[in-house]
Amino acid sequence: MDVSQYLEIFIDETKEHLQSLNEQLLILEKEPENEDTINEIFRSAHSLKGMAGTMGYKRMQRLTHDMENVLSEIRAGKMKVKAELVDVLFKGLDALESYLNSIVTSADEGTEDNEDIIKNLNRILDEGVKAFTQDASEAKEETSKPVVSAAAIATATAKESAQADIALADHELRAVEKMTQEGGHAYSLTVYIQESCILKAARAFLVFKALEELGDIIKSKPEVQDIEDERFDLDFSVVLLTKESISKVQKVVTGVSEIKDVDISEIIVPQREHKDETASETEKQEQKSLSKDSYNAKSAAAAAKQKETAKPVVNRSVRVDIEKLDDLMNLVSELIIAKNGLVSMNSTETKSDSMGGFNEQIEYLERITTNLHQSVMKVRMVPIESVVNRFPRMIRDLSKKLDKKMELYMTGEDTELDRTVIDEIGDPLMHLLRNAADHGLESNEERMKLGKPEVGSIFLDAYQEGNNVVIEVRDDGSGINVEKIKRKAIDKGTITEEQAAAMTDKEIIDLLFRPSFSTAEVISDVSGRGVGLDVVKTKIETLGGSIETKTVLSKGSNFIIRLPLTLAIIQALMVELGSEKYAIPLGSIETIENVATKEIKYVQSKEVIHLRGNVIPLIRLNKILDVTENTKETDDLTIVIVKKGDKLAGLVVDNLIGQLEIVIKSIGKYINNSKMISGATILGDGEIALILDVNSLV
Amino acid sequence: METNKVTGNDSKQYIVVTLGNEQFGINIQYVDNIVRMQRITRVPKAQSYFKGVINIRGEIIPVMSLRLKFGLEPDEINNATRILIIKLEPQAAIGIIVDEVKEVVTISDDNVDKIASSANDEKASYLAGVGKHGDGLISLLNLSAVIIEKEVDGK
Repeated sequence: MDVSQYLEIFIDETKEHLQSLNEQLLILEKEPENEDTINEIFRSAHSLKGMAGTMGYKRMQRLTHDMENVLSEIRAGKMKVKAELVDVLFKGLDALESYLNSIVTSADEGTEDNEDIIKNLNRILDEGVKAFTQDASEAKEETSKPVVSAAAIATATAKESAQADIALADHELRAVEKMTQEGGHAYSLTVYIQESCILKAARAFLVFKALEELGDIIKSKPEVQDIEDERFDLDFSVVLLTKESISKVQKVVTGVSEIKDVDISEIIVPQREHKDETASETEKQEQKSLSKDSYNAKSAAAAAKQKETAKPVVNRSVRVDIEKLDDLMNLVSELIIAKNGLVSMNSTETKSDSMGGFNEQIEYLERITTNLHQSVMKVRMVPIESVVNRFPRMIRDLSKKLDKKMELYMTGEDTELDRTVIDEIGDPLMHLLRNAADHGLESNEERMKLGKPEVGSIFLDAYQEGNNVVIEVRDDGSGINVEKIKRKAIDKGTITEEQAAAMTDKEIIDLLFRPSFSTAEVISDVSGRGVGLDVVKTKIETLGGSIETKTVLSKGSNFIIRLPLTLAIIQALMVELGSEKYAIPLGSIETIENVATKEIKYVQSKEVIHLRGNVIPLIRLNKILDVTENTKETDDLTIVIVKKGDKLAGLVVDNLIGQLEIVIKSIGKYINNSKMISGATILGDGEIALILDVNSLV
Repeated sequence: METNKVTGNDSKQYIVVTLGNEQFGINIQYVDNIVRMQRITRVPKAQSYFKGVINIRGEIIPVMSLRLKFGLEPDEINNATRILIIKLEPQAAIGIIVDEVKEVVTISDDNVDKIASSANDEKASYLAGVGKHGDGLISLLNLSAVIIEKEVDGK
């Protein structure tokens, strides 16, 4: 079967499952007894296995299968969750992730078998089950619990109930088994709804609700989601676990109005036979009472698996909110109305009042295009969650690796950012978090000595502020030791003693962002190679953002990242240099000043102006941009004051054209792009204006 | 000499352009568009042979002067000057300025002589070969060398 067309879906869904596994495992580590979590983990692992199998990724399937084995034992209460197990499971997840990465790049899972993880899993499984058996004598039969080998995956247990036509996966079977042991019953119900019924989904919902009061619904056909969406005919089937009798169930169901009939039969689960390892490979279980026409276990298993994979998971790869699409649709229809307005005006052109109407239509059009633009922008926005949700796991690993206790607190995961920013921001944030964990937080003993809580805290806060999104990475560790940096910088020859003496604390902290500067005394695995902060800074600046550091010695440090809400469309000030037009992003402009030429002063033979107590260096744009046309020296200079962080600079321009909303376009990869140009835009008349990158100018 | 009709097997179509008194052939499969000379927006600090960027239907495309690249006299813009929009890979178009676009010819691979790339002659690396067409010779451009290779030096 050619499955390549499903590859994308597979990758997306696998990513989702891995993420959810990561999250749930983190919870499980803290609350080993949390049943919901175990169930959730099991479900994810099971779906993963099914998906990998369908796609023909045998190694991935095998690994997930072994993970699932362990999980299913935990789920059945035959094993306890131990720290070691969680570690191995995490390792398994990492291995799965590397399979996935390899699949993403080459559509092949690679050749790594990860035998050690599988062995570990099986060992834990054996030990766990044995330990439990020794503990609990009544679980005697479990010793013969077959260790299903890899070959058995394809023939994983599942069976078909002929009458109800519901295939039960093995975990569901186990639940049925358990219920029966506890003296309950498992019923297979087929509910028929009256043909005249209009709201079938609503009726079905009432039936579900009524049944859920009696017990647990473990399976339904079609899937619950389909039933809710009314994707079924007049009947549907469910498997109910309850302690009530058949007649009681029947009464409850028929008590719901517009229900025509209900068929109920009890599912009797066969006792698990004791089998040796080889027999287990072809383990078949048939429902004695029902399935005369015994299905091939293999095909039944496949059917069950397909069911699992076809389960409509919330597909996050379609990241557009339906509401946003509706908005777009509305605007487009308004656009059509506006167009029709213009067309009708065209036909009645002779009338004298057409000019006024024309302007009116243009205003209308303008309003629509502005709204349309905003809506499209919103479609591009993605919650930052998709980036930060992998951090808790990372902090957990770091905590183990560094042997420091720490906790990550995140807020504002739903803050939205432009797609392009989201894709790029992950690495810088990771760097900062690692820094916080490694350099920021003190060791546990040190923290105790200082009277701080033993467990260090790292905070990741995201929020919107005006046209920017701010992401703060904070820790309550030791803060940045300015003196230490100063000494280091002098040792390294980055600055001289005299320079150091003249520098403010802020300037010294900025040294951290220089390439190859690290204050960590010991270079560790985690950080300290000095390739962190300068990379972070460059990355953020290419995204049009800025980074700022605040620190209080022995209280902690705070890295504040500011990012533009969107990259694609910005407000800009258009200026003229000679006959060329340039755009300066409005976000970085402080003020615009007219300064007389004679007010220019010289500091170290550089031009500066003194403005409201600030000494601002001047940048002659026409010089650094090689504008050849000679501009007339006037008595007055038009100066656009721009800021980058706390630094100000004055850009000397010939003329101001005005404010304009511009669409940023790339100028292509072939042309050598000096850093001063961040892109280009097309003006109303088709002319191109280059966009200046203030960050690299200042 | 030989036939210039499509011989079916290994022949390619080339757009013949002139630069000075030399004829160059450009593989037609990479040519996206041919436009008249238009206003070029200068890009500061770019390589000297890049004249700037132009706007082709909302797309911003860098334009290089083949003459400057090949070390010839600067372009003399006149009515025949054209910009060929080349797309070696999607999403990365580039324009090249030529004196004149003459015709489209089909040259079979048999009629293409490889150039002995003996010398470190810079210009030789820009050519994929010399094609014989009628009684004229056409230097066939190796587009990727022209467009990409130099960029590395430029940086």
